[in-house]
Amino acid sequence: MNRSRFRFLGQGWLFWLAVVLIFLLAQWVLIPRLNEFRRTVWVMFPCIMAIICLGLNFIFGFNGQFSLGQWGFYAIGAYASAILTYRLGERFSYPVQGIVVQVPPLLQKLIPMAEISLFHFDAGKSGLLLVAVLFGAVLAALISLAFGYVVLLRLGSDYFGIATLGFAVIVQVLLINSDLVIPETKGARGMVGIPQMTSFFWAFLFLVFALVVIRNVLYSSVGRAVVSVREDELAAKAMGINTLKYKTIAFVIGSFFAGVAGALYAHLYAFLSPLYFGFQKSFDPMIIIVLGGLGNLTGTLLATFLWAITLEGMRIWLPQGFEAWRFVVYPIVLLLVMLLRPQGLLGKFEFGFLRAPKWPLRQVAAEAAPQVAEATAGNPEPQEERSA
Amino acid sequence: MSATVERPVVLNTEGLSKNFGGRVTASGYEGGLWAVRDFDVTVREGELVGLIGPNGAGKTTVFNMISGLISVTSGEVEFYGKKLVGRPAHAITQAGIGRTFQNIRLFPQLSVLDNVRIAYHSRAGYGLRDAIWQGTRFARKERELTERAQELLALFHLQDRQDEIGSNLPYGEQRRLEIARALAGEPKLLLLDEPAAGMNPREVHTLMDMIHFIRDKFKLTIVLIEHQMRVVMGICEWITVMDFGQVIARGTADEISNDPKVIEAYLGRQGRRV
Repeated sequence: MNRSRFRFLGQGWLFWLAVVLIFLLAQWVLIPRLNEFRRTVWVMFPCIMAIICLGLNFIFGFNGQFSLGQWGFYAIGAYASAILTYRLGERFSYPVQGIVVQVPPLLQKLIPMAEISLFHFDAGKSGLLLVAVLFGAVLAALISLAFGYVVLLRLGSDYFGIATLGFAVIVQVLLINSDLVIPETKGARGMVGIPQMTSFFWAFLFLVFALVVIRNVLYSSVGRAVVSVREDELAAKAMGINTLKYKTIAFVIGSFFAGVAGALYAHLYAFLSPLYFGFQKSFDPMIIIVLGGLGNLTGTLLATFLWAITLEGMRIWLPQGFEAWRFVVYPIVLLLVMLLRPQGLLGKFEFGFLRAPKWPLRQVAAEAAPQVAEATAGNPEPQEERSA
Repeated sequence: MSATVERPVVLNTEGLSKNFGGRVTASGYEGGLWAVRDFDVTVREGELVGLIGPNGAGKTTVFNMISGLISVTSGEVEFYGKKLVGRPAHAITQAGIGRTFQNIRLFPQLSVLDNVRIAYHSRAGYGLRDAIWQGTRFARKERELTERAQELLALFHLQDRQDEIGSNLPYGEQRRLEIARALAGEPKLLLLDEPAAGMNPREVHTLMDMIHFIRDKFKLTIVLIEHQMRVVMGICEWITVMDFGQVIARGTADEISNDPKVIEAYLGRQGRRV
């Protein structure tokens, strides 16, 4: 386990180097080649969607609790953070002047820009976004804690799914009428004027954060307790696992990330409408994690982008007036996946760092073992011959 | 090992009863099925007690009630003097009662090592924060935990199988893994629910050796369910026989095997039919 000295969140420098490289590649090479609409729909939005899907996969794929309510926590995260930044957005602005680097002509084939600016950002707005995301996520987590504890106490997996679906519907109805209490949300008319602060940097940062946190929890004793509930709840209880506690923990962690995703979403499109948070949409994350495989983090990541580029991308591809055909293609795709690859697109495959850490075999010289060795693992063949 | 000094009582049940499907009325339960009725047993430290009876006698229901997996209709369970009824199953396990299941209940998609490590969870020594941060404390505790699990696996000759998926193991190894997993909880009392099910006589023989071995090594008290009488006769010091949810006999192996009630329960009444 001691591969290198530097470790941050359990990952060595190689991992973080790869993360930075992927970020720069996307930021400098991919994004300048896409127009405004596509960079939002194909790159930034799927990063946000992946966060909520990873959270949902933690709940459904790893803990086995069928939740359709993540969309509600997504809405809570979105509205809570938007209300915070709606008023404060103008007040905090401390632009930090970075450096501008000329791109040499040779590299311009790869990076289609004349110059790139490094470390050029608004410290005030970034700080505000961080606080807003945290606020939305913590609020979503707290509500999920209260809801999850009460509901999980009584309901098993399928019934839990219905209860959470009800929760998502309630949240939508509350949002439609929310302008009675909080005028800024403007209720059913939709909330406009949210500062547009989510850049690719933030979406990517939070995606990596979500991925690493969920991976770390998963491959710890807490994660094993969470997975044991899915595997066999009764046996988990008999092994001393407080199943209610770990169901709640998984639900809260998943909802926390739904809140993070919601907050980022609010500041990406700068417009929130209760219509978007209807329960029909709440099946999207479910479709994605089934496509990517329940209990497979790599699959969730890939499936999110696949979903965004193909299924949601149909809004771009399909001719005008045929957008509604998406809802014909959706169930067919889902049906085919269920029939042909019920284990998801990738099966059990995981990227290197998302795999469970392997422990070397240890030859333990247990001094008392021979007695059992003879008794249990002894070669039975000779005895068989004798008895035959 | 003479019983001149009274060893402390590990497990004591009084009037333990379970009713399925009955209605609660002012005068107790009405109707329904009494799966277990007035089950009394006293187990002292270090004993190996057998609980036998024909199929459907209520043996597993007794285990489920002791380990808290199903609720108790009436009666009391005491473990080292502490009352267990009403406590959740995980708390009972953490108090020191380990168990195995009749139809093996491993965590089917997890590795052999993880199966055992889950049972160590309550003594992992780190929480969610350490897990997310993955600092030195996490690394140290996780290593300790894994090494303990590996030692336990080695004892059951499963150390080379640690990365295999639990449900891919052959039957005998799954049984051993389940016992190893129960021992990982560091129980003082081990409840074995038909450990010999599906085994041939030779395998049963080796299993009996193993049960003796783990009792001495881990200083355990063991209660064992079996419905084959022969199996229990060999190893159990005290035997309780159940039929239709009630205790019909108790005593040593010799006393039991000559008890007419027991013979009737197993073989039917003599002379009714040739």
